Amino acid sequence: MNVLDFLITPAEACKRTGPHDQIVFSSRVRLARNLKGLPFPGHAKKADRLKAFEALMPAVAGLPQMGEAPFAEAMDKLSAMDKQLLVERHLISREHAAKNAGSGFVLNQEETVCVMVNEEDHLRMQALRPGLQLKQAWLAIDAVDSSLQERVEVAYAERYGFLTACPTNLGTGIRVSAMLHLPGLVLAEQINQIIQAVNKLGLAVRGLYGEGTEALGNIFQVSNQMTLGESESDIVERLNKVLLQIIEHEENARLKQVAEKPKVVFNHIGRAYGVLSQSHSISSKETMNLLSLLRLGVDLGMFGPTPKSLVDELFLCSQPAHLQIGHPEKLDAEARDAFRADLLRQRMKAVPGPDHTKVASKPE
Amino acid sequence: MRCQVCKKAAATVHLTQIVENQVKKVDLCEACAKEKGVNDPTGFSLADLLLGLGAAQKMEEATTATGAEVVCPDCGFTQADFKKSGRLGCSKCYEVFADGLDALLKGMHKGTQHKGKVPPAVRRTADVRAKLTQIETDLKAAIAREDFEQAATLRDELKHAKKAAQEA
Repeated sequence: MNVLDFLITPAEACKRTGPHDQIVFSSRVRLARNLKGLPFPGHAKKADRLKAFEALMPAVAGLPQMGEAPFAEAMDKLSAMDKQLLVERHLISREHAAKNAGSGFVLNQEETVCVMVNEEDHLRMQALRPGLQLKQAWLAIDAVDSSLQERVEVAYAERYGFLTACPTNLGTGIRVSAMLHLPGLVLAEQINQIIQAVNKLGLAVRGLYGEGTEALGNIFQVSNQMTLGESESDIVERLNKVLLQIIEHEENARLKQVAEKPKVVFNHIGRAYGVLSQSHSISSKETMNLLSLLRLGVDLGMFGPTPKSLVDELFLCSQPAHLQIGHPEKLDAEARDAFRADLLRQRMKAVPGPDHTKVASKPE
Repeated sequence: MRCQVCKKAAATVHLTQIVENQVKKVDLCEACAKEKGVNDPTGFSLADLLLGLGAAQKMEEATTATGAEVVCPDCGFTQADFKKSGRLGCSKCYEVFADGLDALLKGMHKGTQHKGKVPPAVRRTADVRAKLTQIETDLKAAIAREDFEQAATLRDELKHAKKAAQEA
């Protein structure tokens, strides 16, 4: 099965809306599980890994929660480009993209539930929702997990809960996270304070693609770190509270920057518009950072009726694998930079020039 | 004081994090601190760091007490493997390496007793067991107060419940 044919188009995917989606791109809840009686994937011999793979792929794909005709494929059947596409859509981890025979991936048609088989654990299941919807995501993945456990027996101990390859995931195996767009806090130079405060609460702040990645485009992922000694709903609730606070700080930072340093804000946004609509070669990194400013401008009302879904779509379409779509030959970095600029110039035609007079000058 | 990661250079970076009233400390040399991204607030978190070194150390301490190297009988996993990867080999490893792990988990998580979801099958078994215990208690109480009519009803109920549990 072809990944590209299965996936929802970027335009469609970006039109999804949820609560607080000006600041929160998406919410996700991941559960880690392992089969009883088989070694964890990282330490398993090929035969044992295959045994887990063969037991889990049909069991997962057949779950009622995966709906009609889900995408289910072995990782060695996917091309490097397919895998990269899935990484860019945040449907698989970079680690999983490097996996081959004996690992697999299952995704439902709505792209709200996806399961990695034989990543670090036998099962990494996640539910995704647009905007801030942590509880909904938890309830969705809890249901998937419960019905899967009627079909396979997972490793569990009364004391330690669900057993995972890495002790950092032990107990609930839960990772609750949200992807946030925080240009206001970055412009106000308050972001480091926020990150430190969030760290002190035992939560992690990471870049766009998870562990060890850069915060490109002012996008940050906030997630829980502790998984043992606390129930799933407590973890979800705690993270939700912290996120609501971050959202409030971001909103305040935006209002404050516009009120106190309007020239700085409008200058950044105006220049971003200029470069995005006029360049002939542009790197992925620069694009992300400029699109972040464009999105801020859209949120502030500077670009008239331009929907933020257009900006989000450009975020996605300017990533390397998405740019490669429609080009049979492998593009090198230079060619990609040129195609990226072409795409942006073309799509930016639909965006009217920035109008700073449309921005409410005083915070309400 | 030596760096906890390379164990060679002198530790000049001392980190303290207070999580849920537990103090966690790490001492590092400058090179290791840089490598671990300590200065980069976006990438750094103490738990990740603690996992890499504290775990192996604590397990070492636990095993040097007994002398012999501990090997998981199910999957052949050793402490050295854990030190290298920060991961365990299989479910059994959690029992085999329990001594060292407990100290590690204490520093890493909110507690060392699981308080979350219970697998549906385990919960059902627990429910049945709880029900049987309840009937037995009621039965004893009925006998004690010489309410033999009630006791007879409970005895039948217990018999049915036990039979149902076996069939399930």
